[in-house]
Amino acid sequence: MGLQARLRDVLIPADLRKHFDKITKPVGDAGYDPWGFNLESAKTGMATFRWMYKKYFRVETTGIDNVPAEGRALVIANHAGQLPMDGIMVGMSLALRENNPRFARAMIERFFPTVPILGNWLNSVGAVIGDPANCEKLLDRDEVVIVFPEGVRGSGKMYKDAYQLKRFGNGFVRMAMQYNAPIIPVGIVGSEETMPAIANIKPLAKALGVPYIPVAPPFPLPAKMYLNYGEPLLFPNDDASEEEVTARVEQVKAEIARLIAKGLKERESIF
Amino acid sequence: MEIMVTGAAGTLAKHVIDQLRDAGHKVVACYFRDSLVLDNREGVTSYRVDITKRGFEDVFRNHKIRAVLHLGRITTTQDRLANRRYNANVMGTRKLLELCLKYGVGQVQILSTYFVYGSNAYNPALLDEDSPLKASGQDTNLVDMVELENLAHIHMFKHPELHITILRPANIVGPGTQNALSFQLSRAAAPAIIGFNPMMQFVQVEDMAEAVVLAFELNKPGIYNVAPEDWTGYQDALKMAGCGIIPVPSIPPGLTNWIADWSPMVGLKAFPRYLVPFMKYPVVLDGKRFADTFGWKPKYSIRQSLAYYRDKKQFKKAS
Repeated sequence: MGLQARLRDVLIPADLRKHFDKITKPVGDAGYDPWGFNLESAKTGMATFRWMYKKYFRVETTGIDNVPAEGRALVIANHAGQLPMDGIMVGMSLALRENNPRFARAMIERFFPTVPILGNWLNSVGAVIGDPANCEKLLDRDEVVIVFPEGVRGSGKMYKDAYQLKRFGNGFVRMAMQYNAPIIPVGIVGSEETMPAIANIKPLAKALGVPYIPVAPPFPLPAKMYLNYGEPLLFPNDDASEEEVTARVEQVKAEIARLIAKGLKERESIF
Repeated sequence: MEIMVTGAAGTLAKHVIDQLRDAGHKVVACYFRDSLVLDNREGVTSYRVDITKRGFEDVFRNHKIRAVLHLGRITTTQDRLANRRYNANVMGTRKLLELCLKYGVGQVQILSTYFVYGSNAYNPALLDEDSPLKASGQDTNLVDMVELENLAHIHMFKHPELHITILRPANIVGPGTQNALSFQLSRAAAPAIIGFNPMMQFVQVEDMAEAVVLAFELNKPGIYNVAPEDWTGYQDALKMAGCGIIPVPSIPPGLTNWIADWSPMVGLKAFPRYLVPFMKYPVVLDGKRFADTFGWKPKYSIRQSLAYYRDKKQFKKAS
């Protein structure tokens, strides 16, 4: 047995492997899909992050079964915490859920593919660059796609703006309409406290070609995270004007705000 | 009525010609390599001819050409041969299309390549045929390929009677293939850029020949990607082909190009600079349109296609 396979056996205990074996994915002969997703890498990645999910962030979820057992869906959430910990935890929650676990695909920032090793690793565990063409093809292949419509506006915001939703792009609603995909809103609480930022060193970020360089703790803090999944929203594929689509986006945004408020109310302490 | 196949000295064309002969077609085979003489087999008339020269027209005069499968291409990366490459690939194709019009050829197929999409960090996966051709800004080698396509596009609109089909295949691999990627796969060790393992697709040459013949037989003009529903990382492909990996640094980006340019000077076999972006970022095609339109189903999986290179190396070692 090769070193990699042995390492995999250590990382993925038998019960977890059995759980993951319930998940199927359309991959080619070499184990990859068109975006570089690799079933074995995803299982190893998820197993590695399970400790973080269970012990470090002690994630609690409600309404997770609102994400359909199969077929296309868009999971839409608020974005915060500088690093994409929220995305990883949403993905983990779906992979670890008791009934019908799924490997979701997260739309990520465009600069990631330019980063050696990290870019390919993110792809191998399911991340895909946030191009609408990718989202279309993923929905067409009946995947669950995680989208943060705030983008870097959300993840890079300062702690003083915590839990205030930034502007949402309209693309995700258009996509959901076109592909007849349900939107499952998620309100994430706790992500803001994993890396509270007080400033952004813009010149350095520009020099390095990254969206931001925050003045923040050097590693994510162990804030307890709550993921509240809302009821699916389905919009008709009609010839809606941009104004009407914006109203639908606002409806999703309001639902996420409500789910966040619910999480904040339930939270007893930050850590 | 006969079918002209250009690039007849190439492996792909040989398979195509065999399949056409088996189907009872008469073939006029044109090739260019001066180191080679093709025999006239039954049902095949061969010409060693430069398609940019006036003499090429005589082939059209002497035969009643019904269709042209334009598979011939010069792929040199040497700067001193850049003009010749441009003349043969771009001007030659223009000449060929003019002759097709003049002699009433009713069907033209042009072999392009997936390289025309260009490699870019922001490329989405599963590129459709109407995705922009970004290669034009990347390298002079690739500019020729895009120009060739542009020429074909213009003729498509101006002269629908030519029934032009453009095929954009993924990496063509297998016995006898001579292209930038198959050359890397044939090596005992090939360069790969540290930290980058872009998704790639491979078409086995026999499967590609079948695609060419299918597109000819069904004659449904248009632009089509030819790529199997099978993907792997470049570095995984090298391993499957039994290649060792020569790690090439990726930071700073200029260093990779510099190594590509200077490696031959220190006795290392070269890898062309235009390949560098393709060794970093993926160009993944959506081959659905072609597969659906022509009912094409490749016989070879990636593993089977690449095993040829591994087996060849093992055989070499053993002997």
